[in-house]
Amino acid sequence: MAQAWHEVAVAVMKANEIRLVPYVPDNVLKPLINAIHADPFFTAFTTAREEEAVGIVAGAAMAGTRGMVLMQTSGFATLANVLASLPVAYQIPVLMMVSERGTLGEFNLGQAAVWRTMRPTLESLAMPWQVITRLDECEFIMDRTIRQALLTQQPAALILSPLLTGGKASPVKAGG
Amino acid sequence: MSVTSAHNAKPLYRFDCTRRLVARLRNDEAVIGGIGHSNFDLWAAGHRPQNFYMLGSMGLAVPLALGVALAQPRRKVFALEGDGSLLMQLGCLATVASLAPKNLAILILDNGSYQITGGQRTPASGGADYVAIARACGLANASWAADEADFERLVETCLATDGPHVIGLKLDDQPPAGQTERDPVQIRDRFMRGMGAKRSALPG
Ligand SMILES: Cc1ncc(C[n+]2csc(CCOP(=O)(O)OP(=O)(O)O)c2C)c(N)n1
Repeated sequence: MAQAWHEVAVAVMKANEIRLVPYVPDNVLKPLINAIHADPFFTAFTTAREEEAVGIVAGAAMAGTRGMVLMQTSGFATLANVLASLPVAYQIPVLMMVSERGTLGEFNLGQAAVWRTMRPTLESLAMPWQVITRLDECEFIMDRTIRQALLTQQPAALILSPLLTGGKASPVKAGG
Repeated sequence: MSVTSAHNAKPLYRFDCTRRLVARLRNDEAVIGGIGHSNFDLWAAGHRPQNFYMLGSMGLAVPLALGVALAQPRRKVFALEGDGSLLMQLGCLATVASLAPKNLAILILDNGSYQITGGQRTPASGGADYVAIARACGLANASWAADEADFERLVETCLATDGPHVIGLKLDDQPPAGQTERDPVQIRDRFMRGMGAKRSALPG
């Protein structure tokens, strides 16, 4: 059987020596978070805010340890200032994996509204980002995006589409 | 031993304390200067390859220092963070407490104000006690520096014993002694070399 997206993510992170994984949790990321905690290769922990996790990964990157911040769309929406002023301005390869909420069947209007800010923010920061929608493209996109970020000293975001992860479906039917 | 509280600590001069700290560093310790005048006085105390000057991300001096400390557990790492900046990212104290890096020391530079933007009082200037906040987050080795000699003693404790450590400094309102050269990429490049994380044939 083919690997699940989170198994691919773990394998790609290990192959690229991404060891430090601070995160603010998200339901869709749960299998990835569980796998990372279960594997002694990784140092994984929660932070109070996503900004803090960006700072930690930036500091570690400058001291020789690679890391990736896990978050959901709403977490990304808190980051424009620190991304612009830290990894973008200083050219530090801060890697991010964002579970995409707010689209393809979102049930929370607030999440849907936040979702609309993500692409314009990524575009205006002029930082590299990729949306992953298909399992057969998952390894290639993750691996190449990470490698490009490390080789070019740029931050990068990997967006996990509900098309890849299944997302978070509504617990109730519309009107129900 | 009497315990110094936020109320009876002597107001110190940030540049003088920064110089005292730097003068005690013998083992290429990393020092992260936060936004505001924290990084200005670190710069004015004399550039070292192990200094990082945070110019934009208010509140990220401690997270940056934590990242360095986790990456290099054998190197002591100091974060110099202003009170206004720390107030914006107080949760980081809980993160530091939960990870308990032995090699991290946090210096809280408390002038009660946002000095670089004109000296406006912070919402905590009415009496919030940052050392007490740090202790309540689980950082037991947290103290206010009573005066210059006490500060030097506390820095020596940070260097000689396992942390995480927190030192609170009540500051007077003197301006910084210099201004950091604002070139983020150069700062990052020099710091990476200072951390031994990058080698380059380019001079610098
Ligand atoms: C998110 C954010 N809000 C506001 C500012 C503007 N700003 C830059 S430095 C600063 C004050 C920093 O205060 P503190 O950390 O106490 O240092 P001090 O200036 O007193 O040395 C402010 C408000 C900013 N850079 N980022």
